[in-house]
Amino acid sequence: MSSDNLKKTIGVALGVCLVASILVSTAAVELKPIQTKNAKLDLLINILEAGDLYSPGVDIQQTYNEKISAELIELETGKPLTESEYTAELTPEKFDLKSWASSPELGTPIPSEQDLADIKRQPKYMAVYTVKNTDGEIEKYIMPIMGTGLWSTLYGFIALDKDLKTIKGFTFYEHGETPGLGGEVDNPKWKQQWVGKKAFDDNWDVKIQVLKGTVDETDPNKQFKVDGLSGSTLTTRGVDNLVRYWLGENGYGHFIDYLRGES
Amino acid sequence: MKKYKEILFDPIFNNNPIALQILGICSALAVTSKLETSVVMSIAVTLVVAFSNLFVSLIRNHISSSTRILIEMTIIASLVIIADQLIKAFAYDVSKQLSVYVGLIITNCIVMGRAEAFALKNKPFPSFLDGIGNGLGYSFILLTVGFVRELIGSGKLFGITIFSSVNDGGWYLPNGLFLLAPSAFFLIGLIIWTIRTFKPEQVEEE
Repeated sequence: MSSDNLKKTIGVALGVCLVASILVSTAAVELKPIQTKNAKLDLLINILEAGDLYSPGVDIQQTYNEKISAELIELETGKPLTESEYTAELTPEKFDLKSWASSPELGTPIPSEQDLADIKRQPKYMAVYTVKNTDGEIEKYIMPIMGTGLWSTLYGFIALDKDLKTIKGFTFYEHGETPGLGGEVDNPKWKQQWVGKKAFDDNWDVKIQVLKGTVDETDPNKQFKVDGLSGSTLTTRGVDNLVRYWLGENGYGHFIDYLRGES
Repeated sequence: MKKYKEILFDPIFNNNPIALQILGICSALAVTSKLETSVVMSIAVTLVVAFSNLFVSLIRNHISSSTRILIEMTIIASLVIIADQLIKAFAYDVSKQLSVYVGLIITNCIVMGRAEAFALKNKPFPSFLDGIGNGLGYSFILLTVGFVRELIGSGKLFGITIFSSVNDGGWYLPNGLFLLAPSAFFLIGLIIWTIRTFKPEQVEEE
């Protein structure tokens, strides 16, 4: 029997498609739980890293549960949501920067003249992770940030001390910048530089700045300045913009005002 | 026996898919800035070529000539999706770095090329070996390029510091060019030159 017979052609094609679709869906469904667990663990590791609580080998889930509590804040008012305001979709556990920013209900467009971080949309609500010491006092706040670099959108966290001025940690967990150049935003050595820098001056204006080049050690304002990454002007500019955007009034500005008013 | 050995090892030097046939260059440029991603990509491509060859060969007598490309693509695409899912489940960190390039194995000409050129005309076992062989040929280039790029570009191998770089307080000034895609072009060019110096029969006639 010839292989070019019409019935057989269609039969073979359908058979191949059927087998292929069964294999693909089995793989997707069976591996989904492991993948979700990986993604969740990855996020926790990054939160812990931003809070300087991570070292290889620690029990991630346990450390997270002990030290960190998550809450949602409304960016426009700066107020945390009370638990009665949580809905099925709107909880800190469900928080997902990317999908919330693009969602019609949970996200909001940013007017282009204010869009310093060049992200076009942002979530209305952000999860903020607070690190508490053993006495239950708040030590630092870890806040998600995002912004456009050279090639990609960078996603990360910035951690502020309880005085709300001092940066305690800075990390990116996802980006597509050039490895070795802009990709050095991952470099622990560079990230370490941020620790101890001041984000705001005494009038609570955002002063932190990523330079093009290195910080002059004799500069009286050096506590507001961070070295740029060599060979990656545009990534450096992107990081500078996104930090200033998120600490400004369209980002966590209102939340920081709220915390200051409270204490 | 000798024939099988040839099928398996010929694609490494004598008939290398990248160096002689100049196929699969795109991913060879994109994923080789680190050795770790090169290794994972090599394994993924080798397995995909081997199994796509095997399956295509198994049903080669039942595929009509008018739909053969579609059927091959269905098989290849399914295998690539499965490979992608496996990498996401068991090597999450690497999967983040490889991002779209695993999915792009579908468009890697080596896979389709071997299905068309070999698997359609040969029995399943030799086809499977041919797939492994071509995968090894691809891996050979990827690993060589990945090794050189990571070592010169960041002074590391598998993320472990070999030359401590100036940024970390050492002496080595990393050459950033090697982390960019064009450097892989130069390296692959050098590899092709080397192979053709030792095997002049591969040189094209003017």
